[in-house]
Amino acid sequence: MYRIVSKKNLNPTVTQMEIEAPLVANKALPGQFIILRVDEDGERIPLTVAGVDKTRGTVKIIFQIVGATTERLNHKNEGEHISDFVGPLGVPTHTEGVKKVCIVGGGVGCAIAMPVAQAFHEQGAEVTSIIGFRSKDLLILEDEFRACSDRLIVMTDDGSYARHGNVTVPLKEMLEAGERFDLIITIGPLIMMKFVTLTAKPFNVPVTVSMNPIMVDGTGMCGGCRLTLIEDGKRVTKFACVDGPDFNGYEVDFDEAMSRGRMYFDYERRAHEETCNLFKNA
Amino acid sequence: MALNPTKHEMPTQAPEVRAHNFREVAEGYPMEVALEEAKRCLNCKNRPCVSGCPVNVNIPDFITKIKDGDFEGAYQVISESSSLPAVCGRVCPQETQCESKCTMGIKFEPVGIGRLERFVADRHNANAAEKAVPPAPNGHRVAIVGSGPSGLTCAGDLAKKGYKVSVFEALHTAGGVLVYGIPEFRLPKSIVAKEVETLKELGVEIETNVVIGKTLTVDELFDMGFEAVFIGSGAGLPNFMNIPGESLKGVYSANEFLTRSNLMKAYLDHPNTPIMKGGNVAVVGGGNVAMDAARTALRLGAGHVYIVYRRSMEELPARREEVEHAMEEGIDFRLLNNPVEILGYRNPDDPRDPKNGFVTGMRCIRMELGEPDAKGRRRPVPIPGSEFTLDVDTVIMAIGTSPNPLIKNTTEGLEVNAHGGIIVNEDGLTSREHVYAGGDAVTGAATVISAMGAGKIAAKAIDEALSAN
Ligand SMILES: Cc1cc2nc3c(=O)[nH]c(=O)nc-3n(C[C@H](O)[C@H](O)[C@H](O)COP(=O)(O)OP(=O)(O)OC[C@H]3O[C@@H](n4cnc5c(N)ncnc54)[C@H](O)[C@@H]3O)c2cc1C
Ligand SMILES: Cc1cc2nc3c(=O)[nH]c(=O)nc-3n(C[C@H](O)[C@H](O)[C@H](O)COP(=O)(O)OP(=O)(O)OC[C@H]3O[C@@H](n4cnc5c(N)ncnc54)[C@H](O)[C@@H]3O)c2cc1C
Ligand code: SF4
Ligand code: SF4
Ligand code: FES
Repeated sequence: MYRIVSKKNLNPTVTQMEIEAPLVANKALPGQFIILRVDEDGERIPLTVAGVDKTRGTVKIIFQIVGATTERLNHKNEGEHISDFVGPLGVPTHTEGVKKVCIVGGGVGCAIAMPVAQAFHEQGAEVTSIIGFRSKDLLILEDEFRACSDRLIVMTDDGSYARHGNVTVPLKEMLEAGERFDLIITIGPLIMMKFVTLTAKPFNVPVTVSMNPIMVDGTGMCGGCRLTLIEDGKRVTKFACVDGPDFNGYEVDFDEAMSRGRMYFDYERRAHEETCNLFKNA
Repeated sequence: MALNPTKHEMPTQAPEVRAHNFREVAEGYPMEVALEEAKRCLNCKNRPCVSGCPVNVNIPDFITKIKDGDFEGAYQVISESSSLPAVCGRVCPQETQCESKCTMGIKFEPVGIGRLERFVADRHNANAAEKAVPPAPNGHRVAIVGSGPSGLTCAGDLAKKGYKVSVFEALHTAGGVLVYGIPEFRLPKSIVAKEVETLKELGVEIETNVVIGKTLTVDELFDMGFEAVFIGSGAGLPNFMNIPGESLKGVYSANEFLTRSNLMKAYLDHPNTPIMKGGNVAVVGGGNVAMDAARTALRLGAGHVYIVYRRSMEELPARREEVEHAMEEGIDFRLLNNPVEILGYRNPDDPRDPKNGFVTGMRCIRMELGEPDAKGRRRPVPIPGSEFTLDVDTVIMAIGTSPNPLIKNTTEGLEVNAHGGIIVNEDGLTSREHVYAGGDAVTGAATVISAMGAGKIAAKAIDEALSAN
């Protein structure tokens, strides 16, 4: 059992928790993730390590309430326990040698992007962050990003806060103005990552995307997290949990990944409704 | 005395009933039947059956004890060689092992050795009330990676000698393939849970949720004070065919399908684990894994289930009993067929159609057997122009697995062969000092009993190495 040391709501649908897991805290690097089960018989879900405190042996996670499992997790309180927490999994984000980076985060993807931005900042790279949200009440981590970015651009889809529009708009402006990044890292909804990649393409800037397919074990055993890369015209199968979650954006077959991500759509919607009813009646 | 020429039949649930539940198919011999079956054993002086068993269970001796009505004595005889008799009695491919060498089998059916072994083990488990008592500690610590049959066996043998043993398991439940792969209707989870419980009583610590190579490395285990490490991490990495359409929704590896059903309990109709149910299902492959996937799909509610295998019945590698059970349950065997493409739904007018990207069928090509290959197996070759389509909604790939490279990649100096199997000597020692390995991690996908045997050999070698200093 793993204790919830702290809990904080970042916005109405995004929650931050610190979980006591010293072995994971000791090892985790930016870009890696954990898999947890809230309770016995629960589903295994992957969440990115949003930070660690080695002295306290805690791991920070930030999650958006989208379905049954994240709903259940959100009903747990400080001091309570979750049954399983395993990690760190996946390959850490490559940061070596990058001097000027642009981080493009969307929605809860910003939680995943934040520790990566911090890592670049700490190694002395020049960090530009573009973070986007659907509207003002969904904004998260603005202060945290400001603290680790040389330049921060906040976007909202509906214009209710900061700049109006989506994240590709300022990215395109910068690239067109002659700004050159060693690397663009984008983390968020697949459709956003696809368009960030397309935006960067004419300028030949390397793009790393952070894939988040459906996972079960997280160790390379089930193959459920597989995605297709197109390497030199050849289609190659990769497992996101062990080969990723970071991949070269120019190689990812986004359309296939988007389709696979919706495999259990109906099932998940029903499970979420049932879980919500459960808590309503309780 | 006239000998019964055939094995006593195993009582089973009727096919039409069991096809809709996950309860155990084979119900086990009642005592009278076990006694009768035991009488069929000739107690041969030269004991050919023993040489057919990978761990050399003393078969005539345990069967003699059954004849005498000393069932606990029979259990003790088996225990000298096997630590998981309730498991092996159920899942060993006896027809190619112990029973293949049985003298009775020359003229008649061999003695039902596996069935008797299961009888003895179940009887012991039902009656054993007292807890296992941990022996006095000998002060040495050993780490085991993976809680499959090889790891559990190695842990048990060392714990009985007074070693302080910790088992590190990546998943949230111990048991390896026995819990995530082999379904309840063939091996009830409670049997594996009991074996794990016994190890805990012996003082073995089971640390779930630890991925060696990620959470901790093999080198760190030594830093923590473990004096030897046994790697029993299995061969979990699923292979795919690399044919078009394998990424469509509704295509699973057998590992994913079985894990969702077994470990994640979709078989209990669990609300938290999504899995494709109903419709028509094609399982590609012919081993135990394929049989398990097909029969699981049937029990989850599939309309029609095909086994698509590129060779013929003769080459089908699954246990004979499972193949027979699958046929009785109505699994449709399409032998000498090979998939060439998986077809998916695509609505050209509406890219947002929710049905887009789901499997609708599988193109197959008929095969014929050609010249024997290096292993003497006749190679299947496609018959040009014989393609046809099976209408299916789910495709499950059960075409083999390989050892996971995670530990190799994070352990300097650990040598593996071309198939990723860890290289060991006859004691199970790897290229790294004090690091041993066994089971599927060494051999590639094999059997429970051979994994168990490898765990035993390594335990003995570890004991000899550590008690020497
Ligand atoms: C490597 C990785 C890192 C991630 N990091 C974070 C994070 O830091 N914060 C965060 O909020 N989310 C993160 N996710 C996504 C998170 O795992 C899913 O939101 C979560 O599994 C949803 O579970 P649920 O039962 O609440 O919702 P469900 O009802 O299962 O699904 C709701 C939605 O989430 C998607 N989803 C479902 N299961 C999974 C799964 N196992 N993996 C990925 N997506 C899934 C579905 O396609 C669906 O659209 C990450 C995913 C991956 C693969
Ligand atoms: C569906 C199916 C049906 C089968 N049916 C039969 C049958 O009828 N008869 C038969 O004899 N054999 C059968 N087999 C084969 C048999 O189950 C295996 O040969 C046997 O389980 C191998 O045992 P093992 O201990 O080597 O590994 P496994 O049982 O594979 O256990 C390995 C364990 O190590 C864990 N692990 C892996 N990597 C790490 C890591 N880095 N850190 C920590 N833990 C790790 C895994 O999670 C797993 O729990 C079947 C296999 C399958 C998949
Ligand atoms: S362990 Fe397996 S092979 Fe050996 S005697 Fe028992 S059933 Fe036969
Ligand atoms: S070979 Fe058959 S008959 Fe002979 S001892 Fe072994 S089990 Fe009995
Ligand atoms: S999650 Fe199972 S292989 Fe990646």
